[in-house]
Amino acid sequence: MKLIDWLLKDAPLATRREITPKLGFLLTVLLAIVWLIPFLWMGVATLRPASDGINAMAELVPSLKPTLDNIRDAWEIGDFPRYTLNTTFICTGILLVQFVTITLAGFAFARLDFAGKTLIFYLFLMQLMLVPVLLIVPNLTLVAQLGLYDTLTGVMMPFFASAFGTFLMRQAFEAIPTELEDAARIDGASLFQRIRHIYVPLSMPSFSAFAIISVTSHWNDFLWPLMVINSPDKRPLTVGLSVFTATAEGTQAWGTIAAGTLMVIAPLLITFLIFQKRFISSFVTSGIK
Amino acid sequence: MSLAEPAALPVAASVAPRLHVLKRFSSRFKASLPAYLLLLPSLIFLALFTYGAMGRVFIDALYQRATPKAPVRFVGLDNVNAVLADPAFAGAVINNLLYAVGTAIPSIALALLFALALARTHAVNSALRAALFLPVLIPMVAASALFLFIFLPNVGLLDHYIGRLLPVLPNWLGDPDIALYAIMVITIWKNAGYYMLFFLAGLQAVPEDVMEAAHLDGAGPYQRFRHIILPELKPTFLFVIVIATLNAVTQVDHVFVMTKGGPSNATNLVLFYIYQQAVEHYDIGKASAATLLTLAALMGLTALSFRTMANREGGP
Repeated sequence: MKLIDWLLKDAPLATRREITPKLGFLLTVLLAIVWLIPFLWMGVATLRPASDGINAMAELVPSLKPTLDNIRDAWEIGDFPRYTLNTTFICTGILLVQFVTITLAGFAFARLDFAGKTLIFYLFLMQLMLVPVLLIVPNLTLVAQLGLYDTLTGVMMPFFASAFGTFLMRQAFEAIPTELEDAARIDGASLFQRIRHIYVPLSMPSFSAFAIISVTSHWNDFLWPLMVINSPDKRPLTVGLSVFTATAEGTQAWGTIAAGTLMVIAPLLITFLIFQKRFISSFVTSGIK
Repeated sequence: MSLAEPAALPVAASVAPRLHVLKRFSSRFKASLPAYLLLLPSLIFLALFTYGAMGRVFIDALYQRATPKAPVRFVGLDNVNAVLADPAFAGAVINNLLYAVGTAIPSIALALLFALALARTHAVNSALRAALFLPVLIPMVAASALFLFIFLPNVGLLDHYIGRLLPVLPNWLGDPDIALYAIMVITIWKNAGYYMLFFLAGLQAVPEDVMEAAHLDGAGPYQRFRHIILPELKPTFLFVIVIATLNAVTQVDHVFVMTKGGPSNATNLVLFYIYQQAVEHYDIGKASAATLLTLAALMGLTALSFRTMANREGGP
């Protein structure tokens, strides 16, 4: 009862006696527990020794003889270090190029007046509408024509321009007072110097919000890299995990699958738990990604 | 002589008005040049992978190869007709409609419940929000790997705990009548926490004093929800419905990992069909025709989201 009082301490006094909101809260707590069960199973199964037998595999109570064998097996069979390297390379590459393209374009929309501004604005907006993943077939043809089939560059290229990032930067740049820029202009700073030394440093929160969205979405990309990459040593984590799962499923090695899955999502989960607030506010702005 | 090169037009000094227009045009262009240069890197990639891709879909849909090695030849609308006549495509469309409705409604309803229950910010609610948000972060492929075991017949998590309550254990992913619903469960689990964020943001707009006044006037929780909260959340609903529908078309990774569209095409979705045509059957013509049809079908929806987004962005 005390706990419920504490949970409702900010609620309007008059509504504290109502029962419906409490039932809703209780249901949400139950569902939150259900939501966590797959993660709980993943952790428990990773540490469960194979000697516990297949019938104990689904137990959510941890094994009394925890083992790291599954992690070792997954590490050896799956080539996860290589996949992690590839995914990191893809995400970093995309992000670095995006930073350049969205800064320049965002600045043009925020601070410059030019002929055809409305038209070009809508050209950018079109990228948000066209859902890039639907264009995998024509983009695969293009990547092949450019000689980038089965290369990590080919995986990255379609994402180098980002309308979402451009709009985010436009918004951030517009909030910066023009007086700062005028002062620098009088001191003889060039356009690029003004962008580099005034606009970019003052827009770091927007850059980090964009980085979170960009990295998580490309960390999780699957269908596109699956189509572009052919050689096993160029697979990103998601493609590697799907191949690994298909192999281990055949031998019913569920502990190894759990360990492999854990390795793929651990970097994201740890980063999320550290920067929780930032992740949540970034994802709120990402609806239009 | 090309109209695209105004500078090449024979502009004599005698045609003064035209020269004037031209001059103004070129000075306007000159003033705009820095902006164009800044936009150029983005526009190049957009031209290649967005507008160019659109163009290539249109063209590729009109051509076909007799054999994988044969040269392409123009076939007009044959590809489109072939796709429309393909029972696998019709099945994928029906599955996708079912999947869209069956994932959007439950995940939006759950998201609204979560947001209403966790609207106030304190440590307990933050932890619960984080728990509900975790599935959003992980790759669909990783979620599929976990759910493969959850749905595993007999020894899997679901059968182990609740399956024994049922007289006959269903084969969740192996039964054509059930598999699509099993796939939906994963999507709902993965997306509800995402949509919750938008409702949480939307709820901030509901004025607390109006809620309190309504309560003093004798309005119960349901009436306050129906007449104050719901109208206030209308834009959020529209926005989330658009995103949920787009997700229903674009999220197919779990189909690939868990069922490969089977059993007997019961979980085949449109994007997976496109993937199959392009990668497994090397049929770029048919894959492009199917892409074209999907894009056309999404036009109404994207027009709606386009308006929503333009409003959010506040125009140029």
